[in-house]
Amino acid sequence: MSTIVADDHDLHVDHSHDGPVKGWRRWVYATNHKDIGTMYLIFSLAMFFSGGLMALIIRTELFTPGLQFIDPAFFNQMTTMHALIMVFGAVMPAFVGLANWMIPLMIGAPDMALPRMNNWSFWILPVAFSILGSTLLMPGGAPASGWTMYPPLVLQTGDAFPFLIFSIHLMGLSSIMGAINVIVTIINMRAPDMTLLKMPMFVWTWLITAYLLLAVMPVLAGAVTMLLTDQFFGTSFFLAAGGGDPVMFQHIFWFFGHPEVYIMILPAFGVVSEIIPTFARKPLFGHDSMVYAASSIAFLSFIVWAHHMFTVGMPLTGQMFFMFATMLIAVPTGVKVFNWTATMWKGSMTFETPMLFSLGFLFLFTIGGFSGLMLAIVPADIQYHDSYFVVAHFHYVLVPGSIFGLMAAVYYWLPKWTGHYYNERLGKVHFWLSTIFVNMTFFPMHFLGLAGMPRRIPDYSTQFADFNSIASIGAMGFGLSQLLFVYVVYQCVRKKGPKATTAVWDNPQGLEWTVPSPAPHHTFDTPPRITSKAAFS
Amino acid sequence: MGVFALLGAANANADWTLNMPKGVTELSAETYEIHMVVFWWCVGIAVVVFGTMIYSMCAHRKSKGAVAANFSHSITAEIIWTVIPVVILLIMAVPSAELLIKLEDARDPDLTVVVTGHQWKWHYRYQGEDVAFYSSLARSSVAARRRGSGIDPETVENYLLEVDKPLVVPKGAKVRILLTSNDVVHSWWVPELAIKKDAVPGFINETWFSADVVGVYRGQCAELCGMVHGYMPIVVEVLEEDVYNEWLDRQKGSSNVAADGDVR
Repeated sequence: MSTIVADDHDLHVDHSHDGPVKGWRRWVYATNHKDIGTMYLIFSLAMFFSGGLMALIIRTELFTPGLQFIDPAFFNQMTTMHALIMVFGAVMPAFVGLANWMIPLMIGAPDMALPRMNNWSFWILPVAFSILGSTLLMPGGAPASGWTMYPPLVLQTGDAFPFLIFSIHLMGLSSIMGAINVIVTIINMRAPDMTLLKMPMFVWTWLITAYLLLAVMPVLAGAVTMLLTDQFFGTSFFLAAGGGDPVMFQHIFWFFGHPEVYIMILPAFGVVSEIIPTFARKPLFGHDSMVYAASSIAFLSFIVWAHHMFTVGMPLTGQMFFMFATMLIAVPTGVKVFNWTATMWKGSMTFETPMLFSLGFLFLFTIGGFSGLMLAIVPADIQYHDSYFVVAHFHYVLVPGSIFGLMAAVYYWLPKWTGHYYNERLGKVHFWLSTIFVNMTFFPMHFLGLAGMPRRIPDYSTQFADFNSIASIGAMGFGLSQLLFVYVVYQCVRKKGPKATTAVWDNPQGLEWTVPSPAPHHTFDTPPRITSKAAFS
Repeated sequence: MGVFALLGAANANADWTLNMPKGVTELSAETYEIHMVVFWWCVGIAVVVFGTMIYSMCAHRKSKGAVAANFSHSITAEIIWTVIPVVILLIMAVPSAELLIKLEDARDPDLTVVVTGHQWKWHYRYQGEDVAFYSSLARSSVAARRRGSGIDPETVENYLLEVDKPLVVPKGAKVRILLTSNDVVHSWWVPELAIKKDAVPGFINETWFSADVVGVYRGQCAELCGMVHGYMPIVVEVLEEDVYNEWLDRQKGSSNVAADGDVR
């Protein structure tokens, strides 16, 4: 991003006269973007551990061939709930939490544009996930048709069915309100002189993400509503017996689902675009081309959805179109990776925990990108589709992709939030444990898929035993390593580390580093003045 | 320690297959080829990109006294690393499209089998012949798969990949598979034949293969179809043509027995 130096004389005004209210009212009635951001982050961490526990149940059952611990019906409930919770409960709210905390600080705004709606969009989430979680106790159990909810199978769900649909409606409502808030804030509340192309990359990627959310969450809501009416009101949108088409659901779902993939990764792109320049001590290479690349990815994400469906029986020309369009995404994604590399090139690098997680992201997300390119090739995809190769692919882009991006962001901004440094040594240990175990978990899944193991099966033939055992041990290790993360964050929040300076890091760029650490409850009551021109012109 | 003991036990009857099978049809070999071509392109790109990153991380670190340069854009560089990927993609796209066209060409089959997915077994009907039957998980696996069965899967031959009655086809014949489903979406996958196609209720999908090697090829349902999804394998037995014809004669009339629940 551009070098932005705030005129920070006004920033040290004592705001104690209007600090947060005490007790539960501060949180239930919260309208402050920092408080709401904190709640989003804590909520998503809780969901990360809930979904993670389900992943560990799955991996425990898959440790050896034969059924040892759970029955197939419960296994399917676990895979379904794991995905729904991780996608809608962990990754998406975590990025909304970062957006809440950081976007106002990065654009010099006093708060989000719509603080009361902000409160609502957060508090819907615990309700939605309580409903979803309660389905585990219902007759027939939790949804077990995969998070993709393909009919007719999803219509065989027990009493949980309407609760599944309603909870997804609520999650969508929350996301749409969050997206509106982000867009309105960014468009209207930037500091004077912060033109669009001077915005930090994290703000840019979130702006694009918010438009994607606004475009596709209603599509998902429509799709699940059609499921609801098929089940209860005698419609036949997806029922062949009534003249409907089960595959149409897949088209509608993936029209939501593919942009959703980028909703989960674009903010992570933004995060590493902030972090790598700081620790390379060099401006982000090709800021504008990064903006164009992210926009191109967002546009392409709308015209590639059927690459999730190459085996459903599409016309040849349709398959060709979706193959070529999908391959095209490699171009802007490549531009981003090359630009990050060029940012590091001839820098003066240090390797604090946020940088380590960003570099982990860079390497491992790129591996996920490679398998993504392979999956675009239709003849090969016919072999990969619905196998563990796909499981390996999307976990590589989601875990060392999105989750590492989130971890990097938390370590990067935590001193700004709490006013104290975290324990750097433990942070690095957390990084190395996570990296080793994430590869141990997901890399062998490539081999399993290529050797012919389908996904979503509770038991498998004995030739798949070895790699499954390794993956299960890796998953346990990864899960346990995240407890260390909680410990490091907790210590930092309890102010156990050294006091953080205002800049926190070595001359980082951006308005958020001009407010004191910890960031006061209210910041930028008057808009900051941006004094310097863009550094790279 | 227990973990390693278990790992050792699992080793006894397992292999460490790393890659996709080349398969036993012309197109499965071509699929394997294209998979390897794209894979090696990815490896090559990875070596260059990761190599640059690793070099930079080693050479341009503050602890070695590196001083940051201040460049931040280069139109030339941006054009180069936009154009080169486009060229590489074109190189991959052309053979992929050619192979896809061949895969989709199911014209003039020697034999057509209608495959119907059921929760949770397959039904095969030989079109034009009076032959039809269900194909379910073999009893040996059914007994062993239950929780607490006390049967070690290692002792069951082709655990979860054996059926009571396989699909039998002649070697070298172009076999057209017409797929549909009686209930939910299933997917018919045999890796050695490089075929995977969904069985969608109310619709008929088409795919084909022509196996060049006599043998038994195993696969599984690939689309989540409910509780017993993991237990509806596919076994295809490829026989010499004369042996196949003998087999077919023995099966005549079986379609009446299996008519119940069959989608016609």
